[in-house]
Amino acid sequence: MKSAVILFPGLNRDRDMLTALEKITGHKPHAIWHGDAELPKVDLVVIPGGFSYGDYLRAGAIAARSPALAAVKKHADAGGLTLGVCNGFQILTEAGLLPGALMRNRDLKFLCKTIHLKAENTTSAFTSEYANSPVVPCPIAHHDGNYTIDPDGLKDLQDNDRIAFRYCDQNGNTDLAANPNGSIDNIAGILNKRGNVLGMMPHPENLIEKAHGGIQGRMIFESLVKAVA
Amino acid sequence: MLKNQDIEITKELIASHGINDEEYAKILELIGREPTYTELGIFSAMWNEHCSYKSSKLWLKTLPTKGERVIHGPGENAGVVDIGDGQAVVFKMESHNHPSFIEPYQGAATGVGGILRDVFTMGARPIAAMNALRFGAPEHEKTRHLVSGVVEGVGGYGNSFGVPTVGGEVEFDARYNGNILVNAFAAGLLDTDKIFLCAAKGVGLPIVYLGAKTGRDGVGGATMASAEFGDDIDEKRPTVQVGDPFTEKCLLEACLELMATGAVIAIQDMGAAGLTCSAVEMGAQGNLGVELNLNDVPVREEHMTPYEMMLSESQERMLMVLDPNKEEEAQAVFKKWELDFAIVGKTTADLRFRCIHNGIEVANLPIKDLGDEAPEYDRPRSEYPAPPALGDIPADFDPTKALMTLIGNANGASRRWVWEQYDTLIQGNSVQLPGGDAGVVRVEGADGKKALAFSVDVTPRYCEANPREGGKQAVAECWRNLSAVGALPLASTDNLNFGNPEKPEIMEQFAQSILGIGDACRALDFPIVSGNVSLYNETNGIGILPTPAIGGVGLMADWSKMMTQSFKNEGDVILLVGKKGTHLGQSAFLRDCLDRIEGDAPTVDLEEEAKNGAFVRGLIDDELLTASHDLSDGGLAVALAEMAIAGDIGAKVGVATDLQNLFGEDQARYCITANSANIDSILARASEQSVSIAKLGTVGGETLQLGDAISLKVTDMRAANESWFPNYMAAEAAE
Repeated sequence: MKSAVILFPGLNRDRDMLTALEKITGHKPHAIWHGDAELPKVDLVVIPGGFSYGDYLRAGAIAARSPALAAVKKHADAGGLTLGVCNGFQILTEAGLLPGALMRNRDLKFLCKTIHLKAENTTSAFTSEYANSPVVPCPIAHHDGNYTIDPDGLKDLQDNDRIAFRYCDQNGNTDLAANPNGSIDNIAGILNKRGNVLGMMPHPENLIEKAHGGIQGRMIFESLVKAVA
Repeated sequence: MLKNQDIEITKELIASHGINDEEYAKILELIGREPTYTELGIFSAMWNEHCSYKSSKLWLKTLPTKGERVIHGPGENAGVVDIGDGQAVVFKMESHNHPSFIEPYQGAATGVGGILRDVFTMGARPIAAMNALRFGAPEHEKTRHLVSGVVEGVGGYGNSFGVPTVGGEVEFDARYNGNILVNAFAAGLLDTDKIFLCAAKGVGLPIVYLGAKTGRDGVGGATMASAEFGDDIDEKRPTVQVGDPFTEKCLLEACLELMATGAVIAIQDMGAAGLTCSAVEMGAQGNLGVELNLNDVPVREEHMTPYEMMLSESQERMLMVLDPNKEEEAQAVFKKWELDFAIVGKTTADLRFRCIHNGIEVANLPIKDLGDEAPEYDRPRSEYPAPPALGDIPADFDPTKALMTLIGNANGASRRWVWEQYDTLIQGNSVQLPGGDAGVVRVEGADGKKALAFSVDVTPRYCEANPREGGKQAVAECWRNLSAVGALPLASTDNLNFGNPEKPEIMEQFAQSILGIGDACRALDFPIVSGNVSLYNETNGIGILPTPAIGGVGLMADWSKMMTQSFKNEGDVILLVGKKGTHLGQSAFLRDCLDRIEGDAPTVDLEEEAKNGAFVRGLIDDELLTASHDLSDGGLAVALAEMAIAGDIGAKVGVATDLQNLFGEDQARYCITANSANIDSILARASEQSVSIAKLGTVGGETLQLGDAISLKVTDMRAANESWFPNYMAAEAAE
């Protein structure tokens, strides 16, 4: 699988993502600077996490208006696989590639810990590997991960199998106690209508080797490798 | 031609710059005339306690700073220590106490920013951060607000910058009511053939300013940090700087890219006393003069005076000497990261420090003398009072109640509420997170096995009772925490927080603590390679507890052998390395259960410390253990409770249940567990190495049982341990 990672000033999990992609796919991803309006031909485009432009206006708002994002949009509109993690998810919602918005966490604090995720959709290009074990641990690290959307939009996500991941406990219960940030319906990640764009707050790239205490984060990348094979 | 900007140098003006009569006389002697207003500001910046170490230098010189692995000791932006394979770790700890009390979020944030800049100025990418925080009593009206702001500020800066916070300390004591402590530690990684230093080389080379613009924030900050607080502290808010982690992250990437081009000849970050300190150090260390044209300094505000530009402590700024042949490459890097960049001066051959503004020379000073001739004091000391004698201990005090108090109160409860606000996972190399004995980070670029361990420690109540033993203990505990995870302790950094050095008793406390630190660092082969002194931590004449925080770095050849403190398996045997508990003087038990602060600090037998540490590291290296934990606050009982809570599994321990044995804080001790098959060989090794060791019991079940004195469910202990912090902070919202 060939991939490209979009870089903005202020991102800081770009190296984590580049490393994970290289380790799992065996190919060095292209690193694309935000001013570039053209993307190389790749199977997957990733917008990694961090604090693009310091999150100073609104998380992701400035990055969403960059030349590189126009190119990402073109790639996604043509059906190209596109993944946004954390700040990348915020950028995708700000750019209109995914619906809804990410607000301050319920407790108004940055939160870094390992939570559990339940893959609700196990048929997409991003999630097929979760079919046999949909409940997995995954780290989160964010201040603005409280997903919200209007009632019609939520119904659309629910009815069309577009909720990729929900926050849950280790037994898979997606109740309020397992919701770390106040996200509506415990939503941790969503797909676009076509199923080729995924945005998620948790960081699968930080759970891919023994040193991370688990390798369940690989499943998302392995699903993608399978999808483009 | 020097011009005085029409500001008369009066006695009051001199005093308001923190310069005394004797120091002013020395200035007159050095320059042979009255200084200009800008020059007076420059002297005050260079000669205040914070920058000149005038009260502490004499004592700091006694510390061991050299070692086989030490590449650069104190004097550079941070210490540099060889970790093999052509790599080195760069680290330092620095205080931001005064600003954090005035404005907790920004004070703490810029403290983190400053220490990160010290590390990457040397060419290292930051890989780990820690912090040592001390607040007033939980019930003090300001404490919650300060905890909330400081923790948010530390996280706000470090998380955005992108460095994992892997350890630290948070403590409460009424003695910090008027002066909290915020000590920030950072470590970075570099190749030993790519270390960047501040000494300028070559005459007539351009001096380049890079980073954020200069504003009026922080003017006089270092001078503020060199005086006691009174009731007027709110008026000092403008002396606190405002942090911009986004710009700092861009600055990091730009600096590392720039260094890779070979364009950087010398580099110095603008920290305390900003442009003044950085420019003077670059010139003085390189035996060169510096000429600055202040009209070229990028400014944030209009009509800034030379005085303000020279004393501003605006953050995220760097000064560099660049190779003029590589100017184009350098410019491309600045442009890419959209950072302000300007040539603001040049190096000269005449050893003068000149500042020119609107064509007028506003400063012309001997550059070497600004640092070399800074005052140095052997401040008077008086005999240090002995602590009150240890009274009788009520033998019938309920040990269960004591243990629940010690694991569930302000100083013993879990710090999860704090560290979950820090990004502990970023960079993907954190192999041991906060909550253990030491944070451990895997080292990139080697064989993938190498790791570094980090810990920061001090027990201020010991230092107050007995500064010499307290100083030793701070080093020993840090060294022990590194050993407990299996890391070989390499070197350390000190952050010495004390009260007013002009009081003879405080000066004696300071001197004795340093001597104790030196004793321990020598005995444990743990040199001090960087550090910071913060004096005048007093408000309305009440000083803090003496708090010489020690930050240590250890090396591990293979992180997969690393130990953690949690009990692992049913049936594992629990052993105590070190002697039986006896010492309750200055213990957490005495303070928190009996409300008494008495007795001497525990003595540190450095020989035993070294022997026991080497023994435990050897066992870990040979993969004979399943858990390891150092004994500190609360002694054996608290250590066992922490191991049970972390592992979510109980233990049956048959020990003498006198309060001394359960809660005594004797030093040089570890609690370890091992598979029963390995016990004989562990005991045999202990006897070969003359290490005291005792079998205590076995891991298993859902309760922690200590003889017939204590039987507590692990779930109940966890509830007590985890609930104090969130409950305390939630009360804020209810107020």
